[in-house]
Amino acid sequence: MDAAIPMILVVVKVLLVLGAVLTLVAYITLLERKLLGWIQVRLGPNRVGPWGLLQPLADGIKLLTKEEITVTKANRVVYILAPMIVVVCALIPFGVIPFAKGLGLERLLGGAAERFDLNTGVIADINVGILFIFAISSLGAYGVILGGWASNSKYSLLGGIRTGAQMISYELGLSLAVVGVLMIAGTLSLVEIVGEQSSVLRWFVFRQPVGFLLFLIAGAAEICRTPFDVIECENELVAGYQTEYSSMKFGLFYLGEYAHLLFLSALITTLFFGGWQGPIFPPIVWFMGKTFFFVFFFIWVRATYPRLRYDRVMAFGWKVLLPVGLINVMMTAFIYTVWLQFTGRGL
Amino acid sequence: MELVYFYILSFIVVVSAVFVVFLRRPLHNVLFMILTMIGVACLMLQLEAEFIAMVQLIVYAGAVMVLFLFVVMLVNITQADLLSQLSAVRGWAGALVAFAIFGVILTVFKVGGQTAAPQAQAAQHLTNTELVARELFTTYLLPFEVASVLLLAAIIGAVILVRKGR
Repeated sequence: MDAAIPMILVVVKVLLVLGAVLTLVAYITLLERKLLGWIQVRLGPNRVGPWGLLQPLADGIKLLTKEEITVTKANRVVYILAPMIVVVCALIPFGVIPFAKGLGLERLLGGAAERFDLNTGVIADINVGILFIFAISSLGAYGVILGGWASNSKYSLLGGIRTGAQMISYELGLSLAVVGVLMIAGTLSLVEIVGEQSSVLRWFVFRQPVGFLLFLIAGAAEICRTPFDVIECENELVAGYQTEYSSMKFGLFYLGEYAHLLFLSALITTLFFGGWQGPIFPPIVWFMGKTFFFVFFFIWVRATYPRLRYDRVMAFGWKVLLPVGLINVMMTAFIYTVWLQFTGRGL
Repeated sequence: MELVYFYILSFIVVVSAVFVVFLRRPLHNVLFMILTMIGVACLMLQLEAEFIAMVQLIVYAGAVMVLFLFVVMLVNITQADLLSQLSAVRGWAGALVAFAIFGVILTVFKVGGQTAAPQAQAAQHLTNTELVARELFTTYLLPFEVASVLLLAAIIGAVILVRKGR
């Protein structure tokens, strides 16, 4: 019995986070449409429910009940597998993000909260957290590439190949951008990285400004947000890798996309903006506030900037982002060493 | 319980490795190779080598296999075409190399099995990543640097090969 309780609790935690994430993802789609509407001086969706609040539900029902079309010449197994890979790989990394600390459960549950690790606000605090995230996200690229290939259509294939190339290229920039943070924090665990940023001035956005900018740009490219959304560039590729997908299979790609957006925002918050830490309000409020600031930021960027040309995207990734990232790593190492020599403690 | 996991994982790894060799379509071979890589990473996790497991996922399952997939997707050949080109001599040479590698692995297990244990015990308080880093930059510094020079040479070689056309 004692062995079963932690197992059940982990399942409960996972379901809780999963439910929250899926709900938020549904409402981010509404948020995006609303914000884009306001920025373009329109109203945005406002017919379903008050202020259009039931719109995600209506969209979900529409996607579920639409006719399911499988392309005749598609490679069936891979065709069905692809959207699953995308969604699963978009949702798994939420398991290592620390959402809060001290959920106030110790008063409610007494010693049990401590004993079963209920008070940490993270599903799994693994000591290679950041590597885990990169590992899963690099697997996520397969969903898109395979989806593009299995559809057996030239637009899908081109879209899939573009994604693969773009994701590999920008993963380098993304990893290099984080190296600076990891060097200063001296850990790969996200919980410890948050712990390292105990006051506003110790936030990594101030200690690693170049790293932050690189991460922001490379992150946007990694999840294929505007201005890097060349993979579904409608005037060249119809809809890229998802051209031949319909109904809920398309819905899963869509879900994966917005889950990526939410995850990237949460990761930026965790790595560079002190995670859940902040005064007065409970940790979870701070975490959500910071995360949604970045969600808003990415939507804002989408409304503002045009799409880059594909060769420019690749050239920028390899010729600008990568060298700047390398220089940033070297400079951080240099400054860190000098600082250590003179003050005897880390940055 | 751990043993059960181990057998399930080993079963997945071995079966998918067999599929890599025997399936007809190159794309399926690549997909099962990805599965093999992921399985191996899980086995490493069971050995509490979480750093190596993650690197395995990022480098092999992530980056290397994507390149395999690209080639297979763009070239679009079947294994039957490949087999018809394959001469008997090359097949036997391949088998010989495979057995030689198997022999090397067996030897490593025989020799390495006795020495690895005390190291692992000494490093109880360090995390896996710290241990790997410490060993790389102290005990194995020279081989590490030599390997990095080799990789640098390979990168420069790749760049020169690509630029040749211009």
